Amino acid sequence: MRPVLLIDFGSTYTKVTAVDLETEELLGTAQSWTTVQTDIGEGLAKAVAILEEKTGPLNFEARYACSSAAGGLRMITSGLVPELTAEAAKQASLGAGAKIRGVYSFELTEDDIEDIDEEAPDIFLLVGGTDGGNKECILHNAEMLATCKSDFPIVIAGNRSAARACARRLEGRDVHIVENVMPRFGVLNIKPAQDEIRQIFLKRIVEAKGYTKAQELIDNIAMPTPSAMMQAMKLLAEGCENPDGTKEKGIGDLLAVDVGGATTDIYSVCDGMPTDMNTVFKGLPEPYIKRTVEGDIGMRYSIHGIEEAVGTAYVSKLSGIPEQRCRELIDYLGSHTEVIPQGENEDELKHLDFALASGAIKTAVTRHAGRIEEVYTMNGLAYMQSGKDLREVKQIVVTGGSLIHTERTGDIASAALTDPADPYSLKPREAEVWVDRSYILAAMGLLSAYEPAIALRIMKKELKKEQQ
Amino acid sequence: MDKKTLVLGVIGADVHAVGVSILNRAFLDAGFDVVNLGVMVSQEEFISAAIETNADAIMVSSLYGQGELDCRGFREKCDEAGLKGILLYVGGNIVIGKHEFAEVEKRFKDMGFDRAFPPGTDPQTTIACLKEDFHLN
Ligand code: B12
Repeated sequence: MRPVLLIDFGSTYTKVTAVDLETEELLGTAQSWTTVQTDIGEGLAKAVAILEEKTGPLNFEARYACSSAAGGLRMITSGLVPELTAEAAKQASLGAGAKIRGVYSFELTEDDIEDIDEEAPDIFLLVGGTDGGNKECILHNAEMLATCKSDFPIVIAGNRSAARACARRLEGRDVHIVENVMPRFGVLNIKPAQDEIRQIFLKRIVEAKGYTKAQELIDNIAMPTPSAMMQAMKLLAEGCENPDGTKEKGIGDLLAVDVGGATTDIYSVCDGMPTDMNTVFKGLPEPYIKRTVEGDIGMRYSIHGIEEAVGTAYVSKLSGIPEQRCRELIDYLGSHTEVIPQGENEDELKHLDFALASGAIKTAVTRHAGRIEEVYTMNGLAYMQSGKDLREVKQIVVTGGSLIHTERTGDIASAALTDPADPYSLKPREAEVWVDRSYILAAMGLLSAYEPAIALRIMKKELKKEQQ
Repeated sequence: MDKKTLVLGVIGADVHAVGVSILNRAFLDAGFDVVNLGVMVSQEEFISAAIETNADAIMVSSLYGQGELDCRGFREKCDEAGLKGILLYVGGNIVIGKHEFAEVEKRFKDMGFDRAFPPGTDPQTTIACLKEDFHLN
């Protein structure tokens, strides 16, 4: 046996997953409360104890961890034009696994600076202008940021002609200059900024007080949890090479939904650009692995956001519960966030959760997916696409603490598909559904950095195909 | 670094793509930086691109006959977006019906365009105008 321990320090739970590299089996999973106030090592020790109760004592040959504890990686960004560099900055941060607490465009004001100070982000991403393009905005914003009372690392990834001047205006602060997120008009270059963000994140964890006394544990933290998820999704879609040079096949282009209590994350791994001659693409090119986070859509803390987005009538129709009663139950769950309906006589709550989860997925996937617009020209119809075209995506992966307990997950996932009522939204037409029943995706993302082929085979084994 | 940047595109719901690709090539060869937005470009897209790239001129092409409608309020929007005084050119097929070009030209100039070009203008003519307006030689 060659057991490896994969740890996810979440904001609420510390989850541990044990796998055996020799048999390529999942040995078990367990969780315990995250103990950030005292020492995260405590919560971890408890989780491992629970795990070993099930598996027997394990002599781990390696431990790897990802973390979204202590609020995750909170970032604020500023760019120039909202749809251009400000959007590029947002994409870069989301792709680096950040929680975005603010996206500013054009010139920062004194009020903005107050808000930024209040939020005191873990990292600020300062961009604006293509290389050789606009300098005034980023210079102004650097000058404004210099007046912030709180001290946070600032990554400068804007017009290269202004980078050094920005750094000078921010003298005395922790400043990192990297390549422009949009070096030329319409060209997205987010990797350098993301790599730097990740470096800063890791350094910050090492320095964080109260994280743990066990230095060895910290050395194992490799990435923020959402990055681990993205690694897993990429591997699952693309496949990888086996050590003997043969190919371990992936499942192809995919869409993944992670419905949590407070937020809903959507990931897509596909090209998504127009395929027919009649369609013109508008806006920034889309990242091949795209992550969006809906902060107002979640099964408990953000339950009212779901209701607002889809309407009570929708929830009522899908759950078969009268609207008035839906409202009562939603209020109840919003303030009793720990409730998971599992018992025999909790059918009502189960039906409600089914409707809410469908609403969450429908809303979040619609926001994630691109749109197409018909343009009537005098010689016929043309199309204008913005965002990613997911119509040909054939695989949907469902994960998230609040979904893996649900029944009829396949039906819930069908809320991610095209809706005849909104034909201009570019969502998948039909898809197979894979459910992450044992909740191992982030762990496999972590493992993929060391043993990709094994991580992929375990995922293919553990993800359960669900009928719709 | 003193390369001038031009934002180029076909405005409105117009899909005539050949003209701008020829202009793109010609402007690049003449030593300009060109941001080619292609066809079906809205006023907002021209303006956003010009802001990010700190462009020196916006070159609007229109072939399908609705150029005048599509160009309304363009100068005002540029002013609003902080692109004060940016050079605005328009060309392609902007004459509709039997109007004299001089008349059409005046209408576009009244709308705030710096220059308007009749159908079939040689790219070299336009390049000469750009050089003159930028005081380049
Ligand atoms: C090919 C073509 C099409 C193709 C376009 C394919 C494509 N994706 O590019 C298709 C079939 C799709 C098409 C459709 C239509 N077309 Co058409 N089309 C033409 C045609 C035959 C050639 C255009 C071309 O490519 N010319 C070659 C390039 C190199 O020249 P150019 O575009 O004029 O560009 C040069 C100059 O004008 C100038 N220039 C252009 N823009 C600018 C901008 C600036 C700032 C400057 C300085 C210079 C400049 O420099 C360019 C390079 O030298 C012309 C007729 C013609 N011979 O011009 C009609 C023509 C342009 N079309 C016309 C029309 C009416 C249409 C339609 C409305 C309907 C129809 N009858 O077919 C639709 C509109 C569709 C839409 N939504 O845009 C009319 C426009 C009439 C008007 N403006 O009053 C024309 C003139 C034909 C006609 N005589 O009726 N068309």
